Amino acid sequence: MLEVTTSHYVVLSTLLMLIGVIGILIRRNILVLLMSVELILNAVNINLVAFSASLQQVHGQVFSIFVITVAAAEAAVGLGILIALFRNKQTVHADEIDLLRW
Amino acid sequence: MMDAISFTLSDFHVLKPAIVLCLFGCGILLTDAFLVRRIGQRWLNAVTALVGEAVVAAVLLQYLPDVRSAGSLTGLGGSIVVDGFGVFFNIIFMLAAALAVILSARYMEAEGEQRGEYYALILFAQAGMSIMATGHDLVVLFVALETMALSFYVMVGFLRDSKRSNEAAMKYLILGAFSSGLLAYGFSVLYGISGSTSLAAIGEAIADRPALDWIMILALITTSVGLFFKIAAAPFHMWAPDVYEGAPTPTTAYVSVASKAASFALMIRLFVTAYGSVAEAWVPLLAIVAVATMTIGNLAAVTQSNLKRLLAYSSVAHAGYMLLGLVAFSATGLRGIAIYLLAYVFMNFGAFALIAALRRDGEAAEELDDLNGLFGRAPGYTILMAIFMLSLTGIPPLAGFYGKYYIFLALLGEGYYILAVFAALYVAVSAYYYFRVIRACWLGEAAERPASLDMNLGTRTALVASGVLTVLIGILPQRFIDLAGESVLAALR
Repeated sequence: MLEVTTSHYVVLSTLLMLIGVIGILIRRNILVLLMSVELILNAVNINLVAFSASLQQVHGQVFSIFVITVAAAEAAVGLGILIALFRNKQTVHADEIDLLRW
Repeated sequence: MMDAISFTLSDFHVLKPAIVLCLFGCGILLTDAFLVRRIGQRWLNAVTALVGEAVVAAVLLQYLPDVRSAGSLTGLGGSIVVDGFGVFFNIIFMLAAALAVILSARYMEAEGEQRGEYYALILFAQAGMSIMATGHDLVVLFVALETMALSFYVMVGFLRDSKRSNEAAMKYLILGAFSSGLLAYGFSVLYGISGSTSLAAIGEAIADRPALDWIMILALITTSVGLFFKIAAAPFHMWAPDVYEGAPTPTTAYVSVASKAASFALMIRLFVTAYGSVAEAWVPLLAIVAVATMTIGNLAAVTQSNLKRLLAYSSVAHAGYMLLGLVAFSATGLRGIAIYLLAYVFMNFGAFALIAALRRDGEAAEELDDLNGLFGRAPGYTILMAIFMLSLTGIPPLAGFYGKYYIFLALLGEGYYILAVFAALYVAVSAYYYFRVIRACWLGEAAERPASLDMNLGTRTALVASGVLTVLIGILPQRFIDLAGESVLAALR
């Protein structure tokens, strides 16, 4: 039986972060982009909780609660802006949002 | 071991600027809803915000003697340390916010979006920045950074009916949230490495590590990339031109000045306190990014026809120069960054104040061609614009000169001759596009219906104050240089 160590968690969180980064880079739907940001923040949480457990400390878990709070606030503001944008442009596709370009 | 949680008077003392700002922010929201809206004089919200700034100024003045005698004031178990560095940056944020409020009163009125929330957001953003400059703990710094960033996202998108403003806010939010995520990831790795969220403890833990291993490199890269986004360094600068162009002009000025200063404050703290012992690993990385940033910023600015976009690329270029101060990693280099950021408040705000006032038939006029022949119509303000442009170029004896001077001095002192040559060459490139602005004002052929300056008392005050201070710092720099030098010594301690 393989024991799950902290480094396994770090590898998982790194992969999750990379998925989020790749999502931001290649996906074009703004909702999916916002989801990719959430993936990165959840990778942060996995890291924090794993380190917190291995260090036998509570600090990391407290930090992760703050990260969750910030993620919620970010989603609220992000969706608010997206609704304002959608009212004016009727699209959630990043390629069609192209007024500002040189 | 957990310490007992108690909130003492000294904790309250170090948090005063942020508490005052949050109270005034909430106060504006309440008075706007129940009082100001009924009277119909919504510019009164700007007055409330200015009173808040005055109170913050009083608090900062109160800090100065204590900080001079004791070195620093600590609160919240070491999470917040008010030292010379923190006070200096708080002064920068206070000046920037006050100018933003003054400038917004007329601009938002003209755009038909005069609302109390806008002024509350200016103060909330400043509360976040205030903590960013004094925080010594990853959790505190992260929450402060997000407080600033979330307020800015909304402010950028404040012109709800303008597609450009919506679009700028959306781009800013996605890239900003992305960079915050990367930064938070780096923070989580730092916590794993050191078992602490305190910057000082992290610095000690990193110094005790035998060598750079992959997990340290992971932390270094994610935090650096996150911060490069925030200061708009190449190749992570692409949000800046779009956001600067789409946002309401006073917001553009505020974001460009204050958010850059706050991000640099956080960056200096992190790199000096936590990463100080692995400088040989990040100095080359920063040097490459700085050169790329100056190259892209300066070369792209040359071809711009929109004034706000031109200044956006110029601000990218300025971030490159400031990064070089961190590359030199000496007291002189950091002093250069500090004085640069202080001068940048006035010269950049001044330039944006003039653009904010420029209108044709009630519509905002933001193109370079709109400046054509402005000298004939408003000679005084045009001369001020020329002063801002010359100062941004770095021509003595104006404020913008001293930042570049100390940064070049630091580069030469540490033996980075090639970087200094690069930086000096790019100053010549930047002179080209700043002089294009001046040339348009004097020699440009005025259009049939030329854009005119739509000013009120506030806009005039902001413009003249920025101009006077740009010249004053230039002619009598010693006081400001001493203040900057004092502040960075606190950061290096």
